[in-house]
Amino acid sequence: MRYDDPWYDALASGWGEPTGAGGVPEPRAEPARRAREERAAADVYLEVQRSAAFQEVRRRYRRFVVPGVIVFLAWYVGYVVTATTAPGLMARPVAGAVNVAMLAGLGQFLTTFLLAWAYARHARLRRDRAALDLRWDTQEMTRSVRGGAS
Amino acid sequence: MTGHHQTLALLLFSAFVAVTLAITTWVSRKRHGSAEEFYAGGRLFSPLENGFAIAGDYMSAASFLGVTGLIALFGYDGLLYVVGFLVAWLLVLFLVAELVRNCGRFTLADVVAARMSERPVRIATGTSSVTVSVLYLVAQMVGAGSLVALLLGGASQAARAWTVIGVGALMVIYVSLGGMRATTWIQIVKAVLLLAGTVALTVLVLLRFHGDLDRLLLTAAERSGHGEVFLAPGLKYGGSWTARLDFMSLGLALVLGTAGLPHILSRFYTVPTARAARRSVLWSIGLIGGFYLMTIVLGFGAAALVGPEAVRRSNAAGNTAVPLLALDLGGGAGSTGGTVLFAIVAAIAFATILAVVAGITLASSASVAHDLYVSLRRRHAKPRGEVAVARMASVGIGVVAIALGLLARDLNVAFLVGLAFAVSASANLPVLMYSLFWRGFTTRGAVWAVYGGLVPALGLVVLSPVVSGSPDSLFPGLDFQYFPLQNPGLVSIPLGFLAGWLGTVTSAEVPDEAKHAETEVRSLTGAGAV
Repeated sequence: MRYDDPWYDALASGWGEPTGAGGVPEPRAEPARRAREERAAADVYLEVQRSAAFQEVRRRYRRFVVPGVIVFLAWYVGYVVTATTAPGLMARPVAGAVNVAMLAGLGQFLTTFLLAWAYARHARLRRDRAALDLRWDTQEMTRSVRGGAS
Repeated sequence: MTGHHQTLALLLFSAFVAVTLAITTWVSRKRHGSAEEFYAGGRLFSPLENGFAIAGDYMSAASFLGVTGLIALFGYDGLLYVVGFLVAWLLVLFLVAELVRNCGRFTLADVVAARMSERPVRIATGTSSVTVSVLYLVAQMVGAGSLVALLLGGASQAARAWTVIGVGALMVIYVSLGGMRATTWIQIVKAVLLLAGTVALTVLVLLRFHGDLDRLLLTAAERSGHGEVFLAPGLKYGGSWTARLDFMSLGLALVLGTAGLPHILSRFYTVPTARAARRSVLWSIGLIGGFYLMTIVLGFGAAALVGPEAVRRSNAAGNTAVPLLALDLGGGAGSTGGTVLFAIVAAIAFATILAVVAGITLASSASVAHDLYVSLRRRHAKPRGEVAVARMASVGIGVVAIALGLLARDLNVAFLVGLAFAVSASANLPVLMYSLFWRGFTTRGAVWAVYGGLVPALGLVVLSPVVSGSPDSLFPGLDFQYFPLQNPGLVSIPLGFLAGWLGTVTSAEVPDEAKHAETEVRSLTGAGAV
């Protein structure tokens, strides 16, 4: 088990909260009640989706990922197309045995490492905290909906 | 090859088999028999462990044997493969790993079916996942066959057949007894062995050239008989426009296919959180990137030291370039150093094949039991029953893979993997992307996306020169070749996306707003994740 993961702290503190009169909800609810609870839980997700906090997380994710995917796919497709349609350009020597094609290939490796690092950094600094709070809130809401319907 | 090679390689390989079997028994003694345990190893691996296991799953015989062989034979055109293999991981990192970890339980179908009518979607994605896995398995089996042919010095067909059967039997034992926990540990052991072997060979190649990469490339170019052309694209894929389009097709399949590979997707479920999934992908990008940089050195090293002619003589598709290189680096045939290095490399390659095969078998048996069996057979299959089905499914998949592996033994391993990637990118990626990011996606769209990619991809392969109509095809005597490209990706990937869109806009079903909200919230925050 990985205790350094913040989610485990959140979970551990979560059990301390009272979840309605019966504590743990009855596991075998009758179908009608369960359906009602499912609908209520679905409303929770809609509510969270419309909340400003979630939209901020989604915006941050998309504002990094969409340009990122476009950039690396364009760079990769450009590389493959150039390699197959313009071998003359790719064969142009740069230094010694190294030609444009070698540099472009190594450039692909380099950009992959850089983008991966940038993504992880962006996610860690700009998204993780807020997403974790939302996860916690959402689960709290679904739990109270499910437990509170008794 | 001399008897020393064989004995030593067999000894080393037996040691690996013994260690992995010990892992399997040790792990299975503590197992609970739950689906959680069998498919996901209890979800408690650390990002570092999972990163090594992902790298172990991905660095297959296709990379170690196939790609180095292609570089040795065709120079730069082989290198184009490794770029695609690596860049693909950005797509996995950005769009797939965390979201899939948050939304799913065991398989790809879990992510899609959460928003849709469950039964048809599970049947469709289960079918395509099994298809991709079997294609990938065949590639590994062919790699095992070529290795043995080399070890035993050529034409013993029976030995080759028995190797393929033996590999198949071992993988069934690992998977059915050990489940995901044993498979993961086998991947980790294998990844460490493979990386160590690759580092050692790379260092030896560089030492041979006194660290002068320039000299290495120039010698390779000179020895190849093509001169400067060897170091630039175009040798394999440069001639006709068909060949060029074929390469673009392959490039597209490689970069988009990884994100749909069932055995890669299932690895994200072995860690506790999305954050851990992200960190395991980061580890694996580092390991895989380093590994591929070294395979480039090994490929050009094989061209420079062994020479394309000798490589081609040993195996027409180039699959044995690395073992031959090891033989040369150790001091040549007959020397002790050569014997030892050759045996080590052959044993590592076997270990690689075994481990990858186990990973894929596990993923496909999960698809059979968790998606197909549950949807087709019984409404309320008990979890315990499901795991038993998964164990039996691994036996069935083993038999199918053995049979196909015997049939396809003369194709290049990297090329076969290219096919698996194309099918994965056409059938699995569109449905996964649409269900994660498209609000209006419907059940019919999901089903159409899968079959709309799967059927064209397989159909075009059947109609391609791979199967008939050319001297190198599976059935050289027949001719029903109507599609010129070897890799179907260029056509079938857009078709998969198109079919998904078409199915969605033509269906009467109103997309469930709440379920989309649930998928979106869960995928980005991890709420409700198991």
